[in-house]
Amino acid sequence: MLVIINNSGESNYRSKKNKLFLGLVILLSLLTISPVVLIIYKLIAKGIHQINLSFFTETAPDTLAAMTAINNGEIIPGGILNGITGTLFMVTLASFMAIPIGIMIGIFLYENTEKKYAAIIRDISDIMQGIPSIVLGLIAYLWIVKNVTNGFSALAGAVALTIMMLPLIIRSTEETLKMIPQSIKEAGFALGVPYHKVMLRVLIPSSLSGLLTGILLAISRVLGETAPLLLTALGSPIVNLNIDKPTSAVPLLIWDFYNDPNMVDLIWSSSLFLMGFVLTLNLISKRIAAKRT
Amino acid sequence: MITHNLNIEKPVLSIKELSVAYEKGGKHAVDNVNADIKRNAITAIMGPSGCGKSTLLRAFNRMHDLYSNIETKGKIFLNGKDIDNISTITLRRRVGMVFQRPNPFPTMSIYDNVIAGYKLNGIRLKKQQKDDIVEESLTDVVLWNEVKDSLFKKGTFLSGGQQQRLCIARALAFQPDVILLDEPTSALDPVATSKVEDLLVKLKQKYSIVLVTHNMSQAARISDNSMFMYLGDLVEYDRTKNMFTNPKDKRTEEYLTGKFG
Repeated sequence: MLVIINNSGESNYRSKKNKLFLGLVILLSLLTISPVVLIIYKLIAKGIHQINLSFFTETAPDTLAAMTAINNGEIIPGGILNGITGTLFMVTLASFMAIPIGIMIGIFLYENTEKKYAAIIRDISDIMQGIPSIVLGLIAYLWIVKNVTNGFSALAGAVALTIMMLPLIIRSTEETLKMIPQSIKEAGFALGVPYHKVMLRVLIPSSLSGLLTGILLAISRVLGETAPLLLTALGSPIVNLNIDKPTSAVPLLIWDFYNDPNMVDLIWSSSLFLMGFVLTLNLISKRIAAKRT
Repeated sequence: MITHNLNIEKPVLSIKELSVAYEKGGKHAVDNVNADIKRNAITAIMGPSGCGKSTLLRAFNRMHDLYSNIETKGKIFLNGKDIDNISTITLRRRVGMVFQRPNPFPTMSIYDNVIAGYKLNGIRLKKQQKDDIVEESLTDVVLWNEVKDSLFKKGTFLSGGQQQRLCIARALAFQPDVILLDEPTSALDPVATSKVEDLLVKLKQKYSIVLVTHNMSQAARISDNSMFMYLGDLVEYDRTKNMFTNPKDKRTEEYLTGKFG
């Protein structure tokens, strides 16, 4: 007690220092989140008036139609259906390739944590995550566009996206499996259950929410990718669901709209849509992850 | 020097010159153990941490086979049959195991947890058979009345003590010859512990039980025979009563009187 009374002057100084620090922390936090708030505000303010039913059901308009509408003071007709379908199509294709491969590699890393080759694979997967997406686009161009589909195609786009998704899924699979107690696995073995069944029917179901979180994050990561798709899927004015034909995607459309002075309004509405989509996926995966713990 | 005062006829498990090392050619965690395990009795394995008691227990159902770096030497016989000549699937159905922490399968209901051994091994049963096994196993572990109305809830919703009894039921579902328990009450509170202990005493009429424990009073309370292990050696193996009243080896005496461990 005595000590505190004697040091009342100093404790006053300390509490002032604390308050100053707290103020600084709050200020910097506000600075950090302000861009996000501003982006969302701007997208809604500029994009919301273009979002109506035809935005989701019609393909992108041509320059002439857009110009006429603007001159008449109407909103631009048409929508981004070719982009939405293209994005969903390529992301689905990519998921079909990336999810099984990624989960299997993740299981392999989990099972062989201490082996040297597992460390090598882990490093490679980390490096893969750092490869610029345009380079992945070039690779997919060389492999698929030049050699397989002989032209720009949805498949080439999907392959580029697959390579981007893989490291995320591999890592999240490994980390999720690590969190399951070893004793759950041993309980399976102690019942005489063979290895593959312990994996498929005990471990994978127990880590499902974690795997799902990783997959959703990987998907939301590639949804907005533009650069690799420019070199592979190219873009298309019509809805395309052939894997060997050029295909549009929402970010590709945004790039197209940017290059056409008549379509400026559509940039904002498409961006709003893309951002909303990614944000929703992120929130869902957060929710799933929170449920787990 | 191993002090054996037991003469067990028709042992359920018979251990001959068993050694286990966690590295090939490394130090023996269990060193040259010889012992017979009595049928329909509780055999306790005691000793300080790291003495090799869990390692010994896990040799009985060949859990060490799962880890390629572990080296096991010597023989174990289950009802006179060399366990190396029994497939691990059959062996582990004859020799059930319960772990230190309750570990029901988190995605399965109470019902499915009990018959998990059948389900995961792809053994098909009629609905009636399944119901019978679930009711009998849960009754055996005195859990039936507590959970009969919530059989299809997740096993992980139960309390720790109930979960551990569920795990015992899961091991009983195959009607094994032996149940191995690796410090089954170390994660439980005193009330749940005493329930599990009462249960084990009841179960020995039907099953042979091997119990690893570092709790001396638990061994004294419920076991018929006791092993004392120290640094991988089976120091003393005797009737529990004899060991606690008149230990033959100085190390056993020092452990039992709390001088170390």
